[in-house]
Amino acid sequence: MSRSEENQQDVVIQVTELCKSFGDLHVLRDFTMDLRAGENVVVLGRSGSGKSVLIKCIIGLLKADSGSIRVLEKEVLELDQHTLDALRVEVGFLFQSNALYDSMTVRENLEFPLRRHMAGISAENRDERVRQALEDVGLGHTVDMMPEELSGGMKKRIALARALILQPKIILYDEPTTGLDPITAREINELILQVQDRYHTASIIISHDMHCVRQTANRVIVLHEGRAHAVGTSAELSISSDPVVNSFFSEV
Amino acid sequence: MIKSNPVRALLEETADLFLFFLRFFQEIKRGKMEWAEWINQCFYIGNRTLLLVITTGFIMGLVITIQSHPSMAAFGAESWLPSVVSVSLVREIVPVITALICAGKIGSGIGAEIGSMKVTEQIDAMEVSGTNPYNYLVVTRVLAAMFMVPLLVVFGDAIALYGAFLGVNMKQSVTFSLYTHQIFMKLTYSDVIPSILKSFFFGFAIGIIGCFKGFATRNGTQGVGAAANSAVVMATFVVFIIDLVAAQLSDIFSIT
Ligand SMILES: Nc1ncnc2c1ncn2[C@@H]1O[C@H](COP(=O)(O)OP(=O)(O)OP(=O)(O)O)[C@@H](O)[C@H]1O
Ligand SMILES: [Mg+2]
Repeated sequence: MSRSEENQQDVVIQVTELCKSFGDLHVLRDFTMDLRAGENVVVLGRSGSGKSVLIKCIIGLLKADSGSIRVLEKEVLELDQHTLDALRVEVGFLFQSNALYDSMTVRENLEFPLRRHMAGISAENRDERVRQALEDVGLGHTVDMMPEELSGGMKKRIALARALILQPKIILYDEPTTGLDPITAREINELILQVQDRYHTASIIISHDMHCVRQTANRVIVLHEGRAHAVGTSAELSISSDPVVNSFFSEV
Repeated sequence: MIKSNPVRALLEETADLFLFFLRFFQEIKRGKMEWAEWINQCFYIGNRTLLLVITTGFIMGLVITIQSHPSMAAFGAESWLPSVVSVSLVREIVPVITALICAGKIGSGIGAEIGSMKVTEQIDAMEVSGTNPYNYLVVTRVLAAMFMVPLLVVFGDAIALYGAFLGVNMKQSVTFSLYTHQIFMKLTYSDVIPSILKSFFFGFAIGIIGCFKGFATRNGTQGVGAAANSAVVMATFVVFIIDLVAAQLSDIFSIT
């Protein structure tokens, strides 16, 4: 097997020339990126540059205008509802605003994807998964609490546990550390690394927090004006002379 | 700018509401009903409105009777009081008052709940978890309102008629059995059925408008209050429109 073929096989997400606009607002223009198995890619971009739009297109929450999005060998834009749901089992999504169901307890929040995606799963198995997911994020004692009783950092962890509960191959993190204090942010970053390590998941991490980039990124993509403006490791990009790239890396 | 043209905005909103409305029937036809959530919602509606429906129903029955008494007495038709009052209570006053209470409490509740789920991405999260949010949230709530509003109306009818009984007894002395006899001499199924039918539509309108406004929420948490508010305003307005249409229809089909 040649090296390029091997690489091809390893690619879990391939986004090619993705375009998405809202009316006259062209958010993504010919955006291209890939994600390989077991890899953490951080997408950097300014607020409003379309980072959330990008990952929402990948999971099929927003419909891209044109281009191609292949996730685990499937073309997202062509899937019907049923196969799209099947694909979503393999892709965890951590929402920017956590999106915990505030009318449900932590347990019910975690059980929701299980009941929906794996209707046949036994009660013991479900309890075991909930326990495991909460243990992974170090919050076993919160299982019967309501989301409103949790702090911001705890909510983020519970949301992460919910994204992990189906044991996905890919996780999409939308700004996992924004709005958290530096210590909690570091803990979340460590969790992200642990998850990568333990479950060998591939992740796209949206961020504009340079600590998060340094800590978690295997590769960095700078999203600017709807395109992948620069790609490289964080070490490579931090010595780049490009003014856009520099504006991120020179902050700290 | 064209966008800020109020007529255009109104037309666009009507079109959106209509599409939302069509989607409801599509989802029903697909027929995957979320029963557990439906029961939750029925309970929630009853729990939030029952006390209000009881008190307002009772007061309405009492007050309408007290106020109708002098004019009935002027015609020497005091013995007609129970039957006249009961017809207006059952046909008009109780259904509309109940619908207005539900528009206020349930319409705003649904608007705010779905609105906040929308701005905090909970609706997206449902979709990612293999759940059709329209089916899970909208269909259950609308069907729950369609079931509960008529039920509350029947309940309110009973309470209001009891209130009216007390009102009649303030000026004259009538036994309960004579009172019920007088009522059911005049009150027939052709009064009760249109009023129940009408309340189905009230429930439908309240549910779907609440959901529509919730789903249309924009501008973060600020938009949630606006969604709840405009759900109440629009639902109240539509309740009166339905009432008007219902009155005309029952007149045409001469169900008197
Ligand atoms: N559903 C939508 N309808 C219309 N415009 C939208 C929609 N979603 C996003 N946008 C617009 O697309 C642009 C990019 O939004 P996006 O949420 O992706 O930004 P972001 O990069 O995630 O920013 P942040 O760091 O603040 O989260 C914004 O200008 C936003 O107004
Ligand atoms: Mg975002």
